[in-house]
Amino acid sequence: MSYVALVDRDHEQDHHDPDTFLTKYVWSQDHKVIAIQYGGLAILVGVVALVLSVLMRLQLGFPNEFALINPESYYQFVTMHGMIMVVYLLTALFLGGFGNYLIPLMCGSRDMVFPFLNMLSVWVYFLSVIILIASFFVPGGATGAGWTLYPPQSLSGGTPGTDMGIILMLVSLGVFIVAATMGGLNYVTTVLQYRCKGMTLMRLPLSVWGIFTATILALLAFPALLVSAIMMILDHSVGTSFFMPAMISEGQQLSYNDGSPILFQHLFWFFGHPEVYIVALPAFGLVSDVLATHARKNIFGYRMMVWAILAIGGLSFIVWAHHMYVSGMNPYFGFFFATTTLIIAVPTALKVYNWVLTLWQGNIHLRVPMLFAIGFIFTFIHGGLTGLFLGNVTIDLPLSDTYFVVAHFHMVMGVSPVLVVFASIYHWFPLMSGKMFNETLGKWHFWLTFLGAYAVYLPMHYLGFQGVPRRYFSLGTTDFLPESAHTLNASITISAIILALAQLLFFINIFISLRNGKKAKPNCWGATSLEWLTPDTPPKHGNWGHDLPEVHRWAYDYSVPGQSQDFTPQTVPASEVPVGRDHGVDHDT
Amino acid sequence: MSETSIVETQEPLQEGMAGVVSDFSSDKQSFHVHWGKAMMWIFLLSDTFIFSSFLIGYMTVRMSAQDPWPLTSEVFALSMGGEPIPLLLIAIMTFILITSSGTMAMAVNMGYRKEKKKTFYLMLATAILGASFVGMQVFEWSKLILDEGVRPWANPMGASQFGAAFFMITGFHGMHVTGGVIYLLVVAFRVKNGFYERRGNDYSIVEIAGLYWHFVDLVWVFIFAFFYLW
Ligand code: HEM
Ligand SMILES: [Cu+2]
Repeated sequence: MSYVALVDRDHEQDHHDPDTFLTKYVWSQDHKVIAIQYGGLAILVGVVALVLSVLMRLQLGFPNEFALINPESYYQFVTMHGMIMVVYLLTALFLGGFGNYLIPLMCGSRDMVFPFLNMLSVWVYFLSVIILIASFFVPGGATGAGWTLYPPQSLSGGTPGTDMGIILMLVSLGVFIVAATMGGLNYVTTVLQYRCKGMTLMRLPLSVWGIFTATILALLAFPALLVSAIMMILDHSVGTSFFMPAMISEGQQLSYNDGSPILFQHLFWFFGHPEVYIVALPAFGLVSDVLATHARKNIFGYRMMVWAILAIGGLSFIVWAHHMYVSGMNPYFGFFFATTTLIIAVPTALKVYNWVLTLWQGNIHLRVPMLFAIGFIFTFIHGGLTGLFLGNVTIDLPLSDTYFVVAHFHMVMGVSPVLVVFASIYHWFPLMSGKMFNETLGKWHFWLTFLGAYAVYLPMHYLGFQGVPRRYFSLGTTDFLPESAHTLNASITISAIILALAQLLFFINIFISLRNGKKAKPNCWGATSLEWLTPDTPPKHGNWGHDLPEVHRWAYDYSVPGQSQDFTPQTVPASEVPVGRDHGVDHDT
Repeated sequence: MSETSIVETQEPLQEGMAGVVSDFSSDKQSFHVHWGKAMMWIFLLSDTFIFSSFLIGYMTVRMSAQDPWPLTSEVFALSMGGEPIPLLLIAIMTFILITSSGTMAMAVNMGYRKEKKKTFYLMLATAILGASFVGMQVFEWSKLILDEGVRPWANPMGASQFGAAFFMITGFHGMHVTGGVIYLLVVAFRVKNGFYERRGNDYSIVEIAGLYWHFVDLVWVFIFAFFYLW
């Protein structure tokens, strides 16, 4: 007996609407409300991380001018900034925010498969954020071990936050993993098992593919982090020696013996490298959809794009030790991991070519989302190319732990995904809120952010070549650094402040558009994918009114020749408009 | 074949590789199973990575430890009539857990036959076996801690990582078993109360709980092999 798909039993279900304020907006089980809760909270902690980065930059640009920042607090700022940006902002925003909002709408379902679990996920995430922020206020303060939390220094004296801060950080990560798992199981199962009629996997928009694959990576990579967190908590509080070798710290022989610090690094990066792609793959997906919509062209090489996402996802699990070239690993390992790292560049480059080819001869509308999307192509190529350098052992050895690395990872996993975040927020804002945003403010926001990011990070490559080390509170006077390096640092700081302030334009824009924005027309960009085809804008609880949609084509039928309009929604039957190019089940068409 | 007919016909299920391909290229759903079952499989995949990380961590510290590793056949021996019998307790525990997988499989079968009573009793038996496994684990832990002086940070027999890895991994597994027992009991009593009968007479949840239970069993086999036999 085969199992009957639940979409086929849609009318048997009752979709009763929540009615009180609490059930509608607070304890909501509606994926759209949960998405906004997730996203809003992520952006809020993201602002904290942004403020921390400005504080660090103040010290670096104008050493010792600000009493608030001393060496201890600098390390705490570095650590919290890095961890918040990577995990609590970008991971939560892409999976919990965009994943929640877009997956059910793009798949043509009414909600996630288990809405209650979904609600729990956001509240557990909230808890993890509270624990994280609490670590600023405990005795000893937050941990200053760097976002990589390497033992032994994360547990031994001299590092800030070794009494309580590190524990709260590890516990918070554990709680976050629980939240991400509850959400992630939902997203994966929804994509696999709850699509509307006609929606085959190969007709899904690339946004769904990116988020789906990233979620699978999260479910398989977070376990390594969870386990290392548990082991580190035991080392810290129970006195085991998993990671801690016998050592003398501050003149005292510690009671640890024979632990393996390298083990931690392997576990951490087994999580850490896929984590980079947990952030990047959703960005790849979302940007593909924004590009296609505003270029009025089908995405170039859809099938290739899907396979590239899957290939990158798979390969991302066998490259982790390229972060450990200087850890004292066996050199043959370095050779292996350098090879896999360079192989992963192939599908990645393929995606970049396809984005550019999507723009080729397109009818490009340079609206705000499109500007950000094109900006992403620039920054991503830039960060990707420096990655090719760092992937080679011999080149990495001198550059490791310098500002070249800081510049590289900010370009590729800081600026690039953030540009996609903005592209996507502007792109889907009319749908989510029913209001249009202000174009002019948006364009100012784009140019200040894009140029600001280059003003901040481009010079850092040069500093790295000069040998400026990463995670240093202050450089002091050194022979190998010319005076101009210090001037450059001041200039970077000023750019960073302007860059940070420019983000206010975004918040002002959102705020005034929500209050006074023009009402958004349904499907205002003329898009083809399902989320724009709901009966109401913004979509109501249950998304589709009485009947679920029915899909007849892929999501990229833009500018089909001979049609009066330049887009054909996925719901238009093939009998009315010929399928431009179908990557569904039917190979005869 | 025209565009619409593909999605409208309920295709017959195909065998083998062709079936996999047709499932994955179908609309609506990729596996012809309950949502909960699909989700449980995915969760177990994730959980596999947790236990693998634990076991790899254990193997690594076992190699990095400088002190000799305690002889497991002696540490885990149980005295019977004055003679120490190696691994006796563990053998019994393993036997009990494997047996509970058997009763669970029977419960799933009875669930599909909608035999409420039998399903309930078999699940109850599974839960009791599981609980006695946890009980024996408590006994083993207390014996190690109280009689033999094994601590997470040190032990008289050798490498301190022995106690650390042992308590961490068996503890984490024991928590899985305990959680499983609670889960089984909840489902069992809902079966008995007719909770699932009122909901379309659908007992898939028994199978889903069973998946979890078999998984916890399987993990034990690995822990057993890597910890007690190595
Ligand atoms: C205005 C934007 C940003 C500025 C000005 C900024 C600045 C900085 C600075 C000054 C450091 C410390 C460098 C050092 O002392 O070694 C740093 C580290 C870091 N940043 Fe950013 N950052 C920004 C945005 C981001 C974003 C969006 C991400 C997201 C991935 C990110 C991820 C990191 C990470 C992972 C570290 C390393 C932390 C560590 O060394 O432990 N940053 N950033
Ligand atoms: Cu990496």
